[in-house]
Amino acid sequence: MIRSELLQALAADNSDLRPEEIEQVVSIFFDEIAKRLAEGGRVELRGFGAFSTREREARTGRNPRTGEAVEVPAKRVPYFKPGKEMRERLNTE
Amino acid sequence: MMRSVGTLTRADLAETINRKMGFSRSESLALVEQILAKMCDGLSEGQNVKISGFGSFILRDKRERVGRNPKTGVEVPITPRRVLTFRASQKLKARIAEG
Repeated sequence: MIRSELLQALAADNSDLRPEEIEQVVSIFFDEIAKRLAEGGRVELRGFGAFSTREREARTGRNPRTGEAVEVPAKRVPYFKPGKEMRERLNTE
Repeated sequence: MMRSVGTLTRADLAETINRKMGFSRSESLALVEQILAKMCDGLSEGQNVKISGFGSFILRDKRERVGRNPKTGVEVPITPRRVLTFRASQKLKARIAEG
């Protein structure tokens, strides 16, 4: 399922809304999640899962093509943990 | 550490939709639930869900393997299962790394 298919599925259940409105709602949804994570916060969607960020320490990496050592600075990375209901639902068929 | 911000929930997402779109609170919350339900439906049917600019929810099938009860040390088989992982898009990674 890609973003456009999600929009179509939502449109099918919301004939009172214009496609642009559905597009805006979906944009707000993912944008608010991204914004909160960028601020260092957490997003908890019970049943679906939780988004958070984790610290990665600085390390010395290598350019895989040249083998050259490069310093990779410390950074924050996004993390998602599926919820219990989601995990169970994926394993009941 | 960055300044601490609270946890974003369904209610917060609905409130932003209500404020920006002018839809009622109940309609806004219903839309939030529908977005999650549609993604859940796709995943439970075995489809990966890819949201451009945000990231991909990817299903992986794990074979049976031997685990250990960490408390007792007793070996127990871990049954084969389907797990869900999230791969953030470059855009989301960049946005979070910058803070």
